Amino acid sequence: MAKMVAITGNEAVANAFRQINPDVCAAYPITPATDLMQRFAGYVADGEVDTELVLVESEHSAMSACIGAAAAGGRVATATSSQGLALMWELLHIASGDCLPIVMPVVNRALSAPLNIHGDHSDAMYCRDTGWIQLWSENAQEAYDNAIMAFRIAEHMDIRLPVMVNMDGFIISHSIETMEFLDDKKVKDFVGEFKAVNPLLDLDNPKSYGPLILTDYYHEYKRLQHETMGRVKDVVISVSKEYAKLSGRSYDLFDSYRLDDAEIAIVVLGSAAGTAKDVIDEYRDKGIKAGLMRPRLFRPYPYLEVADALKHLKAVCVLDRSDSFGGYGPVFMEVSSALYQLGGGPKLFNKIYGLGGRDFMPSQVEEVLNELGEIASGSPIKLVKDYLGVRE
Amino acid sequence: MKKWNELVPGAVVLEAGSSLKFKTGSWRAFRPVWKEDNCIQCLKCWMFCPDMSVTVNDGKRGDFNYDYCKGCGICALECPGKKGNTAIVMEEEGK
Repeated sequence: MAKMVAITGNEAVANAFRQINPDVCAAYPITPATDLMQRFAGYVADGEVDTELVLVESEHSAMSACIGAAAAGGRVATATSSQGLALMWELLHIASGDCLPIVMPVVNRALSAPLNIHGDHSDAMYCRDTGWIQLWSENAQEAYDNAIMAFRIAEHMDIRLPVMVNMDGFIISHSIETMEFLDDKKVKDFVGEFKAVNPLLDLDNPKSYGPLILTDYYHEYKRLQHETMGRVKDVVISVSKEYAKLSGRSYDLFDSYRLDDAEIAIVVLGSAAGTAKDVIDEYRDKGIKAGLMRPRLFRPYPYLEVADALKHLKAVCVLDRSDSFGGYGPVFMEVSSALYQLGGGPKLFNKIYGLGGRDFMPSQVEEVLNELGEIASGSPIKLVKDYLGVRE
Repeated sequence: MKKWNELVPGAVVLEAGSSLKFKTGSWRAFRPVWKEDNCIQCLKCWMFCPDMSVTVNDGKRGDFNYDYCKGCGICALECPGKKGNTAIVMEEEGK
């Protein structure tokens, strides 16, 4: 029987790993992901899993070991944050280019400098072009659910690609929430036995990974990679539907909250959506038609579905918990690209919030909703990109 | 030439020994030339060659395989020669 527990996001995802029992995990500690793999290392030490845990000397080596183990033909997982993810960067492209279904929770944290250990989305956002699938979570429950689904998505025979499961550092990873675990057997049955594709350890059929491909074929291989990413959306939808039958929890490409009849809306990733939903409820009580979209699948980005879900709105504000200096926020850029194809969609502006773990407060949501209301009634957009909750 | 949708995902090479098909000799700027008269058959060139471009038959060194020799010059550096006369000389290609 499924049981309700009070638990942190890191512990929830470590438990998902315990239930799945990957063949190999190579990891290096970094706040706030340390606690996740530390708990999993405890399961290894206690014999609750028979995973080979490789304790390496850096995240660069962690991802390298994961790539080797995945190419050898194993089910492989790791976890990291911030500078650790940054150190993995060149290997991320190799994992995706080699079609290796590695699963990696990223406990999102700000990037240096200045040094900061708290939650923002800069680390994963700079990885959005690495060819990894990106799932984003609102809370510990979804981080756990996404971690389980990530194995099925990554290992799906139509794609075979690595998956990042994003969860906000500290806000999700270290806060205690109530959530529900599935039974171990249910998870094992759902994830199923790992089926290797082109494993290096199949010694009767020797093969090579990572060949030199120059001007004659590189362009074609990248075109193929684009095609494979195009199939991810359908895989995510089908795996999520199957998981909903098992768990009773439904997930889509994005979470739509009071969006269908809304006139103004906020688009926001991760844990901030919970705060925003509460304030949206208050505005609804006052008769203001506000709604919210929380992206779940960010890579590949579902442009057509996003445009379809937002096209009826008068004004939309995209909140970004990371920045592109000299550019708009990364989520804004995607929403903007999606809406442009409509040829005249809602008015659109961007707010950068919560960098380096700065608290996202209900008053900030009110500020945004009030501005959305004014713009929806005809006021001009003052600044396309501005900052929320910054001392001026 | 194959089209993009005819390729193996992940660029995995599914056959063994396929590097034989990749002739890297065209990368060469300098060509090693074997002077048989100065060769003492120590096979150091064969041991050090990173591209297996020194042919050996019945334990005796033969000429270079220029299909794969990239002209790195390691063989020429390692060659002890005979009485101070090297058995491998690097000559610039195209001259």
